[in-house]
Amino acid sequence: MSHAADVRISDPSAAQAAHPEANQAAPRLRDSFIELPARERARALLDAGSFRELLGPFDHIESPWLPLQGIVCQADDGCVIARGTIDGEPAVIAALESAFQGGSIGEVSGSKIAAALEMALRDCERGKRVRPVVLFETGGVRLQEANLGLAVIAEIQAAIVALRRHVPVVGVIAGMVGCFGGMSLAAALCSYLVVTKQARLGMNGPEVIEQEAGIEELDATDRRRVWQLIGGEQRVASALADQLVDDDSHAVRAAVRAAFTQGVPAAHRSEQVDTFLQRLARVDPASVTPETLRDVYNPPAHHATNGEQA
Amino acid sequence: MEHLTFDYPARRAVTTRAHVGVVGSGDLEVLLSPASTSDTSNSDNALSAHVVVRTSVDGYGHIWKSVLDRFFTRYDGAAQIEINDFGATPGVVALRLAEAVEAAGEGDAA
Repeated sequence: MSHAADVRISDPSAAQAAHPEANQAAPRLRDSFIELPARERARALLDAGSFRELLGPFDHIESPWLPLQGIVCQADDGCVIARGTIDGEPAVIAALESAFQGGSIGEVSGSKIAAALEMALRDCERGKRVRPVVLFETGGVRLQEANLGLAVIAEIQAAIVALRRHVPVVGVIAGMVGCFGGMSLAAALCSYLVVTKQARLGMNGPEVIEQEAGIEELDATDRRRVWQLIGGEQRVASALADQLVDDDSHAVRAAVRAAFTQGVPAAHRSEQVDTFLQRLARVDPASVTPETLRDVYNPPAHHATNGEQA
Repeated sequence: MEHLTFDYPARRAVTTRAHVGVVGSGDLEVLLSPASTSDTSNSDNALSAHVVVRTSVDGYGHIWKSVLDRFFTRYDGAAQIEINDFGATPGVVALRLAEAVEAAGEGDAA
């Protein structure tokens, strides 16, 4: 599977010592972004030394609902809100911790994201631009907090739409959980989406599709197939995400900085309703393949401009 | 889910705090901070450490006591230690506790 092939094994100095003549071919040791927990992901994207956390674990703002169902809480409810700077400009990052309850959105974790974006919106309305970044790593709503989670996802979406008029809202999907459910809609509302090859973006996860539509529809264990359909590479190739980066902290950081440099897009994806309806109308469900979908959603004429962005 | 508390004698005050780990499968989160000073206001001014464990796995209180007994043979700080556990093994618990002590030693004033 493609993501396994991306694991870098090398210690360049060791390779050099063993084969000095092979120095040029020695793969570079990468600083994996996927392997970082949420707090370190946020730290990696902010300017060095500028990380400052809001409502951190010692504030003990936990889910009131999980203990009632016999589930242990995490002190930050699996959501890290960090202030700092990106390229010297004020920034706020909301990062989801995928290891805690699948990065799911509960009342508290979702409210933290919505509030952080709403605060950035208020700052922008007062003329103080704050760069918002959301690190999506989430299965969507936390089923144990169903309606409250859904309600707060709507607040997050509303905040993104309001905020993106002032400043680009940049989303990152790194993997390995991916981004699903209501939060996939939130990701789709972002001005720019940065993804890795390991990322997945979709409404329903493969297991849900298999369970609901049958294994003839999709075999969730067929990882190649799953990534062909909803993987980061496919989403960029079909113009539903903007930039494909390696699993490398520096690459993700560079992509986020570049997105802010581009400024607010002339028309967000979700504002191009007619364009996407036309593309959808050209999809024949009986014959569509991942390759033909790319041609419909990202016609060759658009490739050049899309490549510019990436 | 089970809720366990432990107290241990301490010999020095703790002035920093640290947070390590994640409440994920086979892992745990440790929050280490200075113990509240109200406990030391009595006449003999005894310092003590307090541990609160919330664990997803029931029935292992004696194992938690063994792991913490061992930890406190080497650690003498008057700390408030909160543990949110999602099925970590005793070895992982011991490593996370050591990591929290190390992280608290690096600063981050409470």
